[in-house]
Amino acid sequence: MSDYNFAYLDEQTKRMIRRAILKGLAIPGYQVPFASREMPMPYGWGTGGVQVSAAVMTPQDRFKVIDQGADDTTNAVSIRTFFERTAGVATTTKTSEASVIQTRHRIPEEPLSEGQILVYQVPIPEPLRFLEPRESETRKMHSLAEYGLMHVKLYEDISRHGHIATSYDYPVKVEGRYVMDPSPIPKFDNPKLGDMAAIQLFGAGREQRIYALPPYTQVVSLDFEDHPFEASKPDHPCAMCGAENSYLDEVITDDAGRRMFVCSDTDFCEARQVAGHTGTMNGKDAA
Amino acid sequence: MTPLLSVQGITKFYGQHIGCKDVGFDLYPGEVMGIVGESGSGKSTLLNCMAGHLTSDAGAVVFDTRTDGPRDTVTMSEPERRMLSRTDWAFVHQHARDGLRMGVSAGGNVGERLMAVGERHYGDIRAKATDWLGRVEIDATRVDDRPTTFSGGMQQRLQIARNLVTGPRLVFMDEPTGGLDVSVQARLLDLLRGLVRDMGLSAIIVTHDLAVVRLLADRLMVMKDGHVVEAGLTDQVLDDPQHAYSQLLVSSVLQV
Repeated sequence: MSDYNFAYLDEQTKRMIRRAILKGLAIPGYQVPFASREMPMPYGWGTGGVQVSAAVMTPQDRFKVIDQGADDTTNAVSIRTFFERTAGVATTTKTSEASVIQTRHRIPEEPLSEGQILVYQVPIPEPLRFLEPRESETRKMHSLAEYGLMHVKLYEDISRHGHIATSYDYPVKVEGRYVMDPSPIPKFDNPKLGDMAAIQLFGAGREQRIYALPPYTQVVSLDFEDHPFEASKPDHPCAMCGAENSYLDEVITDDAGRRMFVCSDTDFCEARQVAGHTGTMNGKDAA
Repeated sequence: MTPLLSVQGITKFYGQHIGCKDVGFDLYPGEVMGIVGESGSGKSTLLNCMAGHLTSDAGAVVFDTRTDGPRDTVTMSEPERRMLSRTDWAFVHQHARDGLRMGVSAGGNVGERLMAVGERHYGDIRAKATDWLGRVEIDATRVDDRPTTFSGGMQQRLQIARNLVTGPRLVFMDEPTGGLDVSVQARLLDLLRGLVRDMGLSAIIVTHDLAVVRLLADRLMVMKDGHVVEAGLTDQVLDDPQHAYSQLLVSSVLQV
């Protein structure tokens, strides 16, 4: 471990990233450019999130990584091991015990508290990108707060599907000013973005952008008056722990059309099972 | 009566080369101004300078705004100018593809300006979009189709609907009938004439097609090498051209 500087990045790089983070916290929702480094993992695997985590990490921190809610998938395991080796920090899978949580595509079910930092991995930080390909133009639209185009996307959704079919990456407006891409979290998680006690940092490595939400920031999901925002999830309880109000993954269990819905947040699900909650397919009659 | 648009000494150089030089005129509410001239005579440069797409080297473009009266749009701040260009101004491009979002449905294209000025009720936006498609003679069943599936004439009409939906007072048109066949052109001109008259629009039309200005324009400016060589009432200029170039232009039209 001693061959690396603490948390892999050199101190000057971490200073540069911290400056970007501070600027991002000062202007919630604003995308701050930063000089993203090559990381020992491919783009799309969380290079932005890893750099932000490395910049905020201290030796006393306890680190948790989730990938689509799970602690035990390849991406989560490899990033957790990466920081175990390069920073020597303690790691955990328990949401409440972690001080820094790096996440891909989910916000933990358990409410976060003050003092915790949630780091998001962001593939495409620009919410207007798919409608307006010119970076010079999107920057101008942000600086002049011209966000009519964002509603064109939602309009297209309704005209094609009858309702707002965007189910992840759902655009939000921060403190009545910047429209922000919340990274590909399901829109079920959107209400948790606002008024959160923890600091939320967003890192996009390939696109070289950092943005942030300080604690207790107002975040509003965009919608139409006659088609209000709705935080949707599969209409089932969790098959393992019976939770009614958590976000669920659909799991195909055989080739005869059988399937089950389980919590995507593995820590939340396990904690509930330990506490004695149980679902319909927990061990006994699972196919 | 205050002119709606007062253009004063607009000059634009491309390096040593003259784009347009010292062009000025007044446009009154409800008036349609035609600008004709050969390719490279500075018509489009002038239009883009007036609409704020190009920065002119000298001159003023004073627009009679709804709230603050006459304001110079050249020295106006950018947010104000962009606000103007999606409320009181409209710009119809020669190629409909430049003025439309090809990946967005016809309804979304028309609704964009409404949403840009703060409309947030889906039902209302859609009703207005459908209404406007009807006004430009596009079947209401095509509201969810993309402009890529439309013919050239329909795309141009869609572009016009998209521009007029917020009720602008001034429309800039750059060769609105360019690239359309004659029967489609005739219908488009008919439509434009109706819209201009009904809505009391003022318009500035750049074209090299004299038939277009004969039908639409009240007044005419003839440009050559960046300068205005002749200006006056449309019929007067076309029937009794004074400048040698205007005479050439008028006599070049094929009589069928």
